[in-house]
Amino acid sequence: MAAHPRLSHFAAGARDTLPMLVGAAPFGLIFGTLVAPAQLAGWQGQLMSLGVFAGSSQFIAAGLMASGTGMLVIWFATLIVNLRHMLYAATLLPRVRHLPARWRWLLGFVLTDETFAVMDGYYRRHPDTPLGHWYFLGSGLAMYLNWQCWTAIGIVFGAVFPQLQTLGLDFAMVATFIAIIVPQLFAAPRLAAALATGLAGYLLKDWPYKLGLLMAVGIGIGVGLLASRWLARHARRRERA
Amino acid sequence: MSATITILGMAALTVLVKALIFLLGERVRFSPLARQALDFVPVTVLTAIIVPMVLAPHGGGLELDWRNPQLVAAGAAVLVCAVTRQALLTIGVGLVVFFAWQYWLG
Repeated sequence: MAAHPRLSHFAAGARDTLPMLVGAAPFGLIFGTLVAPAQLAGWQGQLMSLGVFAGSSQFIAAGLMASGTGMLVIWFATLIVNLRHMLYAATLLPRVRHLPARWRWLLGFVLTDETFAVMDGYYRRHPDTPLGHWYFLGSGLAMYLNWQCWTAIGIVFGAVFPQLQTLGLDFAMVATFIAIIVPQLFAAPRLAAALATGLAGYLLKDWPYKLGLLMAVGIGIGVGLLASRWLARHARRRERA
Repeated sequence: MSATITILGMAALTVLVKALIFLLGERVRFSPLARQALDFVPVTVLTAIIVPMVLAPHGGGLELDWRNPQLVAAGAAVLVCAVTRQALLTIGVGLVVFFAWQYWLG
């Protein structure tokens, strides 16, 4: 431990991310099988995992590509969906601010929902650690390699069993998204936002270039914000009473 | 070719978004409203994508029908997830119901 403190921090980061690796595996696998229905060659699907490395935006891009959506809408959707990483980065910033720029680029690149969750917990437990960035890198690279492996397996699986697509394997994406969405709906404003988005998304589905999707998201966010504000005001009034 | 450009553009945008705050530091700030709005992004985007796939799987009109396997399986998945909050179980039950329903109707 004392002989290679950097290495031991790196290894500890990877080890503490293990449950997240198991959780991400089926998503990587399913993403891989969606590569062919998205009209992508296998290497292009792997390129997306190597370069983008952000699960939900990759799923969304695959879904949009499968329905023949244009490049600009896909880029816009990628931008919107990945904005949440800025919040993660803002939370972790005090811990990485002192590092050289190449470290900050690298840690930004490997930042994901999962690694944020691990790092947030780690920095709370170890507020004064000088080698936290090695732990961060261990967690991030473990997620990265895991994501590449499962994407590759999924691509091969999808190529070997192309009949899976005609059976409707795209339903795997629906089920995956449901597993991400439903646990978030136990907060009333998010439930309101999701219901409004679903209704608007259905009504606007025939707008060109998937613009109805972006509009539905805008409406859902607006409804969610109004619901939070209404609930907050309601709670204040009840406190006063 | 255009798919490769789409992917490279996505990669550039994502890296920039992820690393921007680490690189610019304090110079970027979020208003409380923007923070609150971002909290709704994942759930709304994912919902907007799947609802049309479930309600109108053939791209046409509304298929609010017990013979629509997407709808039945999505309902089962929502139920399982709401009760157990287990991602893998949700996906598994959803897929089994979907394929079974399709087989049974076909």
